[in-house]
Amino acid sequence: MKTLNINGQFHQVDVPDDMPLLWVIRDVLGMTGTKFGCGIAQCGACTVHVDGEAVRSCLYPVGTLDGKRVVTIEAVGGTPNGAKIQKAWLDREVVQCGYCQSGQIMSATALLDRIAKPTDADIDDAMSGNICRCGTYVRIRDAIHAAAEV
Amino acid sequence: MPILNLEAPSRRFVLKASALAGGGLLLSMRLPSLARADGPTDSAAFMPNAFVKIDAAGTVTLIAPHTEVGQGIETAQAMLIGDELDVGLDQIQVQPAPPDIKKYADPLLGDQATGGSTSIRSDWTRLRQAGATARAMLVAVAAKRWAVDPQTCRVERGVIHHDPSNRSLGYGDVAADAATLPVPTDVKLKEAAEFKLIGTSAKRLDTPFKVNGSAVFGIDAKVPGMKFGTLALVPVVGGKLLGMNEAAARKVSGVRDVVRVGDEAVAVIGDHMWAAKQGLEALAPTWSAERHGGVTLQTIVAEMDKASRTQGVIAKKEGDAEASIAKAATKLSAIYELPFLSHSPMEPLNCTLHIQADKAEIWVGTQVPVRAQKAVADAAGLSPDKVTVNNLYMGGAFGRRLDIDSVAIAAKIAAQLQYPVKLVWTREEDLRHDYYRPYYYDRVSAGLDAEGRIVGWTHRVTGSSIMARWAPSAFKNGLDSDAVEGAADTPYEVPATLVDYVRHEPAGVNTGWWRGVGPTHNVFVTESFVDEIASAAGKDAVAYRRSMLGKNPRALAVLNLAAEKSGWGTALPPRCGRGVSVQFAFGSYVSCVIEVEVSTAGEILLRRATVAIDCGLTVNPDTVVAQIEGGLILGLSTAMYNQITLSAGAIDQSNFHDYRAMRINEAPKIAVHQIRNAEKPGGVGETGTAAAAPALGNAIFAATGQRLRKLPFAPGLKGA
Ligand code: FES
Ligand code: FES
Repeated sequence: MKTLNINGQFHQVDVPDDMPLLWVIRDVLGMTGTKFGCGIAQCGACTVHVDGEAVRSCLYPVGTLDGKRVVTIEAVGGTPNGAKIQKAWLDREVVQCGYCQSGQIMSATALLDRIAKPTDADIDDAMSGNICRCGTYVRIRDAIHAAAEV
Repeated sequence: MPILNLEAPSRRFVLKASALAGGGLLLSMRLPSLARADGPTDSAAFMPNAFVKIDAAGTVTLIAPHTEVGQGIETAQAMLIGDELDVGLDQIQVQPAPPDIKKYADPLLGDQATGGSTSIRSDWTRLRQAGATARAMLVAVAAKRWAVDPQTCRVERGVIHHDPSNRSLGYGDVAADAATLPVPTDVKLKEAAEFKLIGTSAKRLDTPFKVNGSAVFGIDAKVPGMKFGTLALVPVVGGKLLGMNEAAARKVSGVRDVVRVGDEAVAVIGDHMWAAKQGLEALAPTWSAERHGGVTLQTIVAEMDKASRTQGVIAKKEGDAEASIAKAATKLSAIYELPFLSHSPMEPLNCTLHIQADKAEIWVGTQVPVRAQKAVADAAGLSPDKVTVNNLYMGGAFGRRLDIDSVAIAAKIAAQLQYPVKLVWTREEDLRHDYYRPYYYDRVSAGLDAEGRIVGWTHRVTGSSIMARWAPSAFKNGLDSDAVEGAADTPYEVPATLVDYVRHEPAGVNTGWWRGVGPTHNVFVTESFVDEIASAAGKDAVAYRRSMLGKNPRALAVLNLAAEKSGWGTALPPRCGRGVSVQFAFGSYVSCVIEVEVSTAGEILLRRATVAIDCGLTVNPDTVVAQIEGGLILGLSTAMYNQITLSAGAIDQSNFHDYRAMRINEAPKIAVHQIRNAEKPGGVGETGTAAAAPALGNAIFAATGQRLRKLPFAPGLKGA
């Protein structure tokens, strides 16, 4: 049994150490906001925060989480920057299919947590690990700038 | 896909075919869906037709014939119905239509399908009629109760007002009585000037759920007692399962079952995806290649080259193009090639199913719910009415979910299990078992007179016919109207044209609809070749196109607007260039100018994209802009990098590291300019994708002098 701290709640799970956090969140805990896209840290759909840092949960073994705090898309709106990002996403109508957007929002929030007023180059650095096959990049960039102005 | 010329799926349809401006065949089908809905309905609810339901609480439900893949259609359909009903968008609940071809077939496709950029064209009138009819009946009840003329009533946000007597009734108050009235057949629709929702950039209804993780996509379905599975499909089409280590798979902790479907697939089911994935690795199935073991991309292309030398089925013949070219002062000819493409939507293929002895239920995102239902019914040995389809949000589709191969295989697996199961394809299995956009091998030639004007034009398309498989009744006399869409109907005036089609099915590769369908293929060929011709004639690319658009004012207008907004003709830094394209496809006119820089290392840097679109009457202008932005990025991403190749009969690519997707740092600035008018609505979702490759290729030519006739561009581009 392992105890995981996810969105401020403690969960007891009986899973192997090498099991990626993604499948624990989705299949064991039933929180499906975090998405599976590639499984090899190429697309960013599975992005969550571990101790405030954006990580790819598809390759993050739960065994290495000891005592760390995980935040997912379901709770990121409870943080000041998460709320700003979500609002900017709605104001700019960023979303198309929406499947990549949990990951985009988690990466964008972590960016604002680190850099209050990111430049275009900062956005490129922080967001180029998140693929959007619907091609919402123009609006993602605008929305991050807009959120940073709030 | 073009508008299909299908046999009537049922005798209840009244079919009328007529030539559609710009090619294709318009199939107008009088659907019985505007008659009162039959079948089980909530008795207290008012359901005057198949699309709208209003309950005693006044809640308006739209039963949406088209499904959301990201294009914003859920909201657009709600705007159409809501405007005529005089309710706010916030008062409408959207429910995807259940499989029912009689009620919910797309009249332009002849199937209950979302594709071919037909949704708005199909729904523009029927959904407004559905809303207006409901409104008329509800108002009639209120007017009767008040003993006043219905004309003296007005409706605002679902409340009927009679201002002279200062009375009002909500839709919910009159819904039950309205349900007893006969359905009127001659309801007047609003004039454009009366629209309150249509034509506004209303906020999408699905967005709030997609920014907080609460939207339920197919892959998110939850069913009590369900297990999780993943599968391996036969790597080479027609291959056989040679062996697998079932004992090893069952030893993996959390594994419950190993399932085999003939030589098609093996699946491992477990307590979660991780157990299933580990189990599948331990299972280590081995397969034979059989007759396709020698297939490579090179062998396929060599066969296509051979086929392209044979006479095709004529798609368009005007004048004697070959004779005109033979006599011409200047002759040009070229071969253009387009690769196999994977769809790779962000959400991998998946399907959740519970198959029992006497009934089945599935949870999936599909563009074709009736076909999905039938696939499950066939696999489970049930009649379709025993299969419930829950159609959930799709994490993109791009045409992939117009096929039901994944649902069929999932059903064959689930039929062997006693419990509900969620089957999720790994990205690798998804990418390697796609129904790929066909490889096309096109021969074009043209003759020019002494002034550089085109006197004759020929275009032979060689490639797979998706239509012959997907809608065989629309494949007539050897002609696939999709394969030549955009070739047989360019916007230009040319004195002599010959377009023909050679069907050639690639060995061992399944082909399917891919965003932009025929136009994504043909607009690339025709607009690149027109650019070659302009250059051979020593003319500016925009001016040359203008000279052939005298009789096509809408095409000319988008070209002029794109040229003006992009700064066409103004100076650019070294190694930079602009390319233009013009198209009439899906009922809309689009012109695109791409500005690129090509580095000394041969890297393509996208500086800027300018798009002008005239899609006629518009439901939601912001959605139009979003679709152009997204469609263009998918088109550019694909044109730069993507191709599916084969070795020993199997697909080489497997995930986003070797099937590259454009990322935010590579995306250009995009400006979209819309011409608004009262012309018939055109389709939008696929237009940007079709415009991308030709404009980009022409820009690369302008920047480097290299004419790239083979997609993708990046491998063929030389540096310095
Ligand atoms: S699923 Fe983790 S990065 Fe793609
Ligand atoms: S919105 Fe569809 S993948 Fe990004």
